[in-house]
Amino acid sequence: MKEFLYIIRGGQEKMIDASPEYLQEHMQQWSEWMGGIAEKGQLVGGQPLEYAGKTLIESGTKIIDRPLAEGKELVGGYIIVKAENLDEACELAKGCPGFAHGTTLEVRELAAM
Amino acid sequence: MESHAVHTKIDHLFRQESGKMVSVLVNIFGSSNIELAEDVVQNTLIKALEVWKYKGIPDNPAGWLYRVARNNALDIIRREKRSELFDFSDPKRQLLTSEYTLPTVLNNFWETDQIEDDFLGMMFACCHPDISKENQVTFILKTLCGFSTKEVARSFITTEEFISKRIYRTKEHFRKHQIYPTIPTGEELESKLGVICSVIYLMFNEGYSATHNDMKVREEIISQALFLGKALLDNKKTCYPEVYALMAVMCFHSARLKSRSSATDEQVLLAHQDRTVWNIELINLGLSYLVEANKGNRISMYHYEAFIAREHCISPTYESTNWQTILSVYDQMLSHKFDPIIYLNRTLALMEAEGPKKALVEMKKVAENKHLKKYYLYHSALGEIYLRLNNKTNAKRCLKEAISFTNSSAEKAFLEKKINAIKLS
Repeated sequence: MKEFLYIIRGGQEKMIDASPEYLQEHMQQWSEWMGGIAEKGQLVGGQPLEYAGKTLIESGTKIIDRPLAEGKELVGGYIIVKAENLDEACELAKGCPGFAHGTTLEVRELAAM
Repeated sequence: MESHAVHTKIDHLFRQESGKMVSVLVNIFGSSNIELAEDVVQNTLIKALEVWKYKGIPDNPAGWLYRVARNNALDIIRREKRSELFDFSDPKRQLLTSEYTLPTVLNNFWETDQIEDDFLGMMFACCHPDISKENQVTFILKTLCGFSTKEVARSFITTEEFISKRIYRTKEHFRKHQIYPTIPTGEELESKLGVICSVIYLMFNEGYSATHNDMKVREEIISQALFLGKALLDNKKTCYPEVYALMAVMCFHSARLKSRSSATDEQVLLAHQDRTVWNIELINLGLSYLVEANKGNRISMYHYEAFIAREHCISPTYESTNWQTILSVYDQMLSHKFDPIIYLNRTLALMEAEGPKKALVEMKKVAENKHLKKYYLYHSALGEIYLRLNNKTNAKRCLKEAISFTNSSAEKAFLEKKINAIKLS
């Protein structure tokens, strides 16, 4: 099996205003989705990211006080899974609860150099 | 006075909750981290004492404890997630490594049903057949009943060092065999439930028997045995008829606890016990458990013991005891399998029901039994039968023989007293 990276973008601003009950319910869905992948032995790991970040631009000579992309494009987290191919990795990604909040999910195979 | 009441309440709460918390934490951290689980519980209890001292006991103290223990576990997992301390290979445990799922999964570990299941699961794990009975009881008292090593040592009348060694060995066993708290299913459940019942009953008898005089220790062990039994009954998976029967026996026996020893700590026989101090509430509770026990289609040894204890508990005097019923219960027990002790008890019931002459005939039949020959209660019973037949010479001889077969000073004193009473008359 190969390894694939899910780059999860957007949807964060919807979570800031959510009630604690809703948030709990929503995170329960994440557990069920990731738990399902783990049960199949296909979860490698993954973490959500903080909103704050800095970006090095201009060959590292300049640092700006924010992530490069914001709003819908802001990377909110990553997950690594194992799958036979890109199609299977996409199938597994379909259950991501973030889609309910306008999240996009980019699937990329980890490259062998 | 009030602070004393608060103290007792907290003491009781801590004992009941610490076992549950340890079980859940062992399920989270894995069986190689029992010490860590115990440390988290210890820290939680210390924090509770500190905070409650100023803010008072919260409305839901158990929930408060669970929350603190859960947050403590969360911090530890965050800190140690890349260390070798935990085995995250199991899919459920793997979710503890991601912040997407860690808080939620931890919450799920502390759901009420899950806590109850883990607690019972831990009981099943403690009763693993490879662990000796003594170690099982020791470990259960320590991890599930919140006893300190000192208290366990006092219960077994031994040293703390000895108990520590026992506990260490059991923990090693958990580590080596990767035992997680789980409730088995099907046939395995039934056979292991039998083991658990026997361990609870052993624990109960440890408290009930007169081997030590510290009444407080004894009462505490008895209440813990009842607590464990109740936990089995409160769970749909484990509320079997034999557990109801076991609870009935323990209720009937503990109802009589206070009347079993005199003000001078001497043993008082059933015939001379003050029935007015018997605990009616416990007797009624025992009766209701027995009703439930009889709803199944299986009869266990606890059923028989409960039937007999019931007859004693509901009889207003010793003389009016329904000995015929008791005799028939003993006959049923013996129809399954011969057991010298049950045979002996049956003979005593026969003596009350149909007179000492018949009892003597029955006693003589087993005179050569290798267990009874050296069992002090056999000789002491024989002495009693001869006394009732007014054969003083034989009575004295048998009672003296009984003394030679017991090491208990209390028993010896009791028999001496009986012999001396014969001389006087």
